[in-house]
Amino acid sequence: MALDQDQVRNIAELCRLQIDDSQIADYQKNLSSILDLVNQLAAANTDGVEPMAHPLDAVQRLRADLVTEDNQREHFQQIAPATDQGYYLVPRVVE
Amino acid sequence: MHNKTIAQISRDLAAGEYSSVEITQHLLDRIAQQDSTYNAFITVTAEQALAQAKAADENRAAGNASVWTGVPMAHKDVFCTNGVLTTCGSKMLSNFVAPYDATVVSNFNNAGAVSLGKLNMDEFAMGSSNENSFFGPVKNPWNHDCVPGGSSGGSAAAVAARLVPGATATDTGGSIRQPASFCGVTGIKPTYGRVSRWGMIAYASSLDQGGAIARSSEDAAMMLNVMASFDPKDSTCVDQAVPDYTANLNDSVEGLTIGLPKEYFRDDLSAEMQQQIRDAVAEYEKMGAKVKEISLPNTHLAIPSYYVIAPAECSANLSRMDGVRFGHRCEDPKDINDLYKRSRGEGFGEEVKRRIMVGAYTLSAGFYDAYYKQAQQVRRLVKNDFVAAFKDVDVIMGPTAPSPAFKAGEKTSDPVAMYLEDIFTIALNLAGLPGMSIPCGQINGLPVGLQLIGNYFNESRLLNLGHQFQQATDWHLKTPAGLV
Amino acid sequence: MEWEVVIGLEIHAQLATKSKIFSGASTQYGADANTQACAVDLGLPGVLPVFNEEALRMAVKFGLAIDAEIGKKSVFDRKNYFYPDLPKGYQTTQLHHPIVGIGHIDIELDNGETKRINVTRAHLEEDAGKSVHEGFEGMSGIDLNRAGTPLIEIVSEPEMRSAKEAAAYFRKMHSIVTYLGICDGDLSQGSMRCDCNVSLRPKGQQEFGTRTEIKNVNSFRNVERAIEAEIARQMDILEDGGRILQETRLYDADKNETRGMRSKEVANDYRYFPCPDLLPILIEDNYIEAVRETLPELPDAKRHRFVKDHGLSATDAAVLAADRELAHYFETAAKLVNDYKLAANWVQGDVSATLNRLEISIGQLPVSAEQLGRILLLIKDSTLNNGGAKEVFNALVALGEAGKADSSVEKVDALVDSMGLKQVSDTGAIEAIVAEVLANNPKLVEGYLATPVEKRGKAMGPFIGLTRKAAAGVNPQVVMEVLKQKLEELG
Repeated sequence: MALDQDQVRNIAELCRLQIDDSQIADYQKNLSSILDLVNQLAAANTDGVEPMAHPLDAVQRLRADLVTEDNQREHFQQIAPATDQGYYLVPRVVE
Repeated sequence: MHNKTIAQISRDLAAGEYSSVEITQHLLDRIAQQDSTYNAFITVTAEQALAQAKAADENRAAGNASVWTGVPMAHKDVFCTNGVLTTCGSKMLSNFVAPYDATVVSNFNNAGAVSLGKLNMDEFAMGSSNENSFFGPVKNPWNHDCVPGGSSGGSAAAVAARLVPGATATDTGGSIRQPASFCGVTGIKPTYGRVSRWGMIAYASSLDQGGAIARSSEDAAMMLNVMASFDPKDSTCVDQAVPDYTANLNDSVEGLTIGLPKEYFRDDLSAEMQQQIRDAVAEYEKMGAKVKEISLPNTHLAIPSYYVIAPAECSANLSRMDGVRFGHRCEDPKDINDLYKRSRGEGFGEEVKRRIMVGAYTLSAGFYDAYYKQAQQVRRLVKNDFVAAFKDVDVIMGPTAPSPAFKAGEKTSDPVAMYLEDIFTIALNLAGLPGMSIPCGQINGLPVGLQLIGNYFNESRLLNLGHQFQQATDWHLKTPAGLV
Repeated sequence: MEWEVVIGLEIHAQLATKSKIFSGASTQYGADANTQACAVDLGLPGVLPVFNEEALRMAVKFGLAIDAEIGKKSVFDRKNYFYPDLPKGYQTTQLHHPIVGIGHIDIELDNGETKRINVTRAHLEEDAGKSVHEGFEGMSGIDLNRAGTPLIEIVSEPEMRSAKEAAAYFRKMHSIVTYLGICDGDLSQGSMRCDCNVSLRPKGQQEFGTRTEIKNVNSFRNVERAIEAEIARQMDILEDGGRILQETRLYDADKNETRGMRSKEVANDYRYFPCPDLLPILIEDNYIEAVRETLPELPDAKRHRFVKDHGLSATDAAVLAADRELAHYFETAAKLVNDYKLAANWVQGDVSATLNRLEISIGQLPVSAEQLGRILLLIKDSTLNNGGAKEVFNALVALGEAGKADSSVEKVDALVDSMGLKQVSDTGAIEAIVAEVLANNPKLVEGYLATPVEKRGKAMGPFIGLTRKAAAGVNPQVVMEVLKQKLEELG
């Protein structure tokens, strides 16, 4: 199944990935061949088969409602690209 | 000293043959001298390692030593290490000093082990050749023109090159077993949920599992004894007692039934490979095991199913890499979208971007049922194949990979060709079963791996079978030519 | 053309857990930026979520309260989109298998009728952080303290037909979640927010018109005003033959208008799929029954009981039952005095007036329910007259305002004594005082006696005044009787 270049650009936008125009054709080719591979799934007869999200079919464990975490802001913000007054900084967001 | 196994080092330290500081220094020196050839390490933590070794020696002197006290090892760079660079092989995390320890890392620290550093890997564990690392490819110690396999290529190469006796690794579609096979070492991927994923940077959460690479089954058992634990911080971790994996190494294999899936021995597997694997199985027959041909009829659907599920999960798992709270951030973003797109565009390599895009595409509106749901249904079919097979057999065997290590650059231009490398390993991740690769022969001087597949939580049996094979043969003792 | 308004609400209610839905960080409101954002809330590489049992219990409680089916198997999904206050790049929510299925609540209309509004579903999800746009020199600051706070999103059917109905629905939901104790209901802190889906269609038309969604409206009043404004906007467009654009809008309370949101221009493709880090939640019947046991009396039941058992008017009952704390205050006082009507008058009178004046909630009122009950009892047994009771009440409020609140019942009696408010009801004592007053004012007595019998009632006034002046706190009822008797004896 072949993707066209606009589809490739749209997916890249959806994923917030900057891709140079010069590379679009490469992505187009490779993504199309990967989709060809996964399209083999269509041939499988899965009527009535319960989808399997987890290998062990286990159920969720519950955590007691306790506050166990301390303030580690300084520690965590040491690795942040930009912070001010305890906030993470990003270019201004317009709503 | 660098040829010693974990078990030997543990015994030597106990016997006072040498100190932890001595062996640690020896290996650090060796890494400093030789790793420029292999590029197995991304970060060497010499200072910390020596401090840990010194503390271990002091503990031993004070009478507080256990089997792992002072034994050196190293971590795949997918595991978060508090205060130490944790890159996941990516430019995106090339400045990420993890602010906490993965549970696996804590477990080794608590056991008294000495960590020598962080090992190279395919970026975000996506790859089968270790050519996708931002920190450069890793060389196969057996042949420097060949790849070491991936994604745990640094772990396998470091162990094969005797830079470290054992290393942690992770396996999402074969990333422990295939590099173990290519580098002639022993690698085990436990049952999904056996080893905590807390602090193990996620590629595909429902498939990722931590495990070990070492030079013998016994060493792998010793590593698993430390790694496996119930962790309340991981919802998918199993609350089940951890056995002593070394306890049953010497059990007899007599009377066990080995299943050989006919789908793993098709005509497109070379005659040489077929012979190597059948010879290995014959060793077990000599020990009294029986062999039975079985069928895993949905084997051919495992790769297509995996390449929907894993990219879907990774596309979401990697969304947090956005240049806001940690990691790579582009220069002078003009707005928030520019920040996201350039930080991610620059931070991720091509294979990672491809998988993110495939995942986003297959999950997008209108495609979910045809791709994701269908892949999950096929996933159950794949699992059911194994469930049925294990009614008749105790263990399943086959090749780990379709061939020995291939040449660097051979498959980089064709992602699908690279994906097909994992044809024999991927189904286990879909099913969540434990698997192991042990060296069982050579073709043209390159190691061949035998894959052992066990039933759920049957790691002890796999390790027992591996150990018995290694008692009867010496493939695991072979060293790469020219290794000094 | 005549238009019909169609409204559906999505209410987000923060669950009142101590810790977050998937981490052990505190949910306390108002902390310094990012001091309550742990590694999980920040979405650091390698972290994993574990589900909070209390969030589950609260969601199930809610489901039972609205008579809904509880999802025996509920699943967390990832909703993928990029936004700086969403640290993982996806929100963990529930799409196909919500914890709460179809339920319903009743709202009271202005004409006194009730209307049933169906609830489509309610699901668990994590809240996002907050972006702050002022004070960062052209940048935005991100605070992730709120990220990971548990929410239930309650989705109604599009069954409301006016802004008033929508506001009544929001109020009723507020009343229910606060009754259940699963949400603190503090709208000013964003504990409950409402997205309003509004569309118009020609009266009689079956299919819905194009709707717009007004995001994050956070007060009862604004829900009504925002919807009114949006209805007016849409009607203008439709009357002019225009078309409504399906979009997300924000309500500007200052301008009383809605406007389109720029950041949501691009249609999102959320790519939902089951969260692989979390496993399905399976709920057993006995768990549901155990939660059911803990359900409190809900506002509707309480309202009916107030009318049926205690003779309150429907309006009084509705007002008193709407707020759990107020209802509890009212009932505590009413039980002590065993007079629900008297208590109802006081709670809706002096109590409500004081709350409004001081802009406080009932929990902050310096007069405890026990104190009010005591005051009312003192009225009932004639120890206090109404004026004296108000004085005691106001004195208690004043103490509270001065930071010297004393909520003990004894304080009421102490104030009655110290303020000399106790009525003298002892007939003998009053007789003596009256006798003295009459003896001291012979001219007034003469005047009284000269008054024709039919006008004597009014002429008694001065004697009452003099008697009360002679002894403060005499029971006027008793004074009247004694005076009447004594004066009659005289003439």
